[in-house]
Amino acid sequence: MEWIADLARNLAEIAPRWNFIWLYDPVTGGKILSGIWMTIKLAIACLIFSMIIGVIGAWLQGSPSRILRAFVNGYIQFFRNTPPFVQLLFFYFALGQLTPVVTAPDGWTVQPIITNVGWAIISLSFFAGAFNVEIFRAGIEAVPESTREASEALGFTRTQTFRYIVMPLAIRVSLPALNNNLVNLVKTTTQAFGIAVPELLYQSVTIWNDYPSAQYPTMLLLFVVYILLVGVLVMGMNKWERQMKIPGYGA
Amino acid sequence: MTWTPDQPIISIKDVHKSFGDLEVLKGVSLDVMKGEVICIIGPSGSGKSTLIRCINGLNDVQGGSITVEGIEVHDPDLDKLALRKKVGMVFQQYNLFPHKTALENVMMAPLLVLKRDKAQVEEEARALIKKVRLEGKENSYPGELSGGQQQRTAIARSLAMNPDVMLFDEVTAALDPETVKEVLVTIKDLAAEGMTCILVTHEMGFAKEIADHIYFTDRGVIVEHGPPSTFFERASDPRTREFLSQIL
Ligand SMILES: Nc1ncnc2c1ncn2[C@@H]1O[C@H](COP(=O)(O)OP(=O)(O)OP(=O)(O)O)[C@@H](O)[C@H]1O
Ligand SMILES: [Mg+2]
Repeated sequence: MEWIADLARNLAEIAPRWNFIWLYDPVTGGKILSGIWMTIKLAIACLIFSMIIGVIGAWLQGSPSRILRAFVNGYIQFFRNTPPFVQLLFFYFALGQLTPVVTAPDGWTVQPIITNVGWAIISLSFFAGAFNVEIFRAGIEAVPESTREASEALGFTRTQTFRYIVMPLAIRVSLPALNNNLVNLVKTTTQAFGIAVPELLYQSVTIWNDYPSAQYPTMLLLFVVYILLVGVLVMGMNKWERQMKIPGYGA
Repeated sequence: MTWTPDQPIISIKDVHKSFGDLEVLKGVSLDVMKGEVICIIGPSGSGKSTLIRCINGLNDVQGGSITVEGIEVHDPDLDKLALRKKVGMVFQQYNLFPHKTALENVMMAPLLVLKRDKAQVEEEARALIKKVRLEGKENSYPGELSGGQQQRTAIARSLAMNPDVMLFDEVTAALDPETVKEVLVTIKDLAAEGMTCILVTHEMGFAKEIADHIYFTDRGVIVEHGPPSTFFERASDPRTREFLSQIL
């Protein structure tokens, strides 16, 4: 691996704008790695929570209570029709003011109970969750009323029908749209940069602020890392889609 | 009210049902004794499906009363679960759960609704699949079964809840002529075992053979009824006669 570091060092000397500094400098290299790790954690947390929000929201939309349905609709309209970056800032700066503080691990200072990472996860999950509710709802509407009636006639409760019949069928219909939304979500995690969450974009910017010569290479790296991350996600989703395939059902 | 076997297991009195402005049932009454097989025939849109869907509470009624083994179905506080344990229903379009195998389709309700022990449920489910002559298809998904096989799975699925009454709504109407028979045979077996059955059907030959009593509905009322012998030979109402002449 030493030869790669040497190559990067030599390249930086002959082409001063192409300083792949993190290939030979352990400090910036460490920043990149920790940035990638934070991005992965952020993305996984948001994927999970946004899906949970999507399922719960879709379930509530089928509720007999008008108030609940209106509430879910309001949520969707708000998060779908406003910029996610502004949502993030609002969550962090406005709502962050209202939450209690706890003693930090150092034992001297205080910090808000929800950190900037926490707010990024909350805000991005609700943002992507709003789309997931819509996606799952479309899937639910594709489940024939007669299938639901059959389970009702067998004595299933509304919740059982939803959990064991409607949702498993709806998810299959929803997968392609879900796929798109989750890919967008992974890319949108870069916005956490705006509230100083040390994810990959944030670390990259600190690196190129210190070493302007590293700006282009670091941007390239950003592209490559996101292509890989999204690639892994899409592969996982495709695998899931294949596993869910029912013999003799659907196209 | 407690029910005793000398009373009708199903008693329908002067039932009215509208969808918006459309009055679909205009005072329907009929009684079914335990172990009886009755067939409901009549032109399309006359309210046959609506009537039998009222019996298991899939449709509510606006007037009159329906009792099933003493359970008052018209009661707004009806315990639907109690009713549905007693009444099984089979639909024209089978409505199997497409993501579950035939065996799983049959096992689901006893496991989830009755919360019964899995090993025992599976044993009974396999026996039911055998009974509807589908051995070897336990692990097939509905999409891999023919229409007739799906419909027999649906019958087994209903029977798994051990109902006292079975409702069949034109269960052979979506089938190829060759597969109709296999489903009819299954129903005939059930009737022979003493299951109380209410069938909506267009299979007149079958109705004649299997029914204890035949009801003819038109535009939301029962126009005429009687045992098959007299019903088919001596139908008196002109509407019945016209219907029979078209279909026979
Ligand atoms: N959920 C509903 N909403 C509105 N109208 C309905 C509904 N269900 C049935 N109807 C109407 O009620 C009338 C009777 O319908 P029903 O399905 O009971 O007839 P049917 O006798 O079963 O006919 P078929 O032989 O075609 O199955 C029809 O005019 C139908 O359009
Ligand atoms: Mg009908």
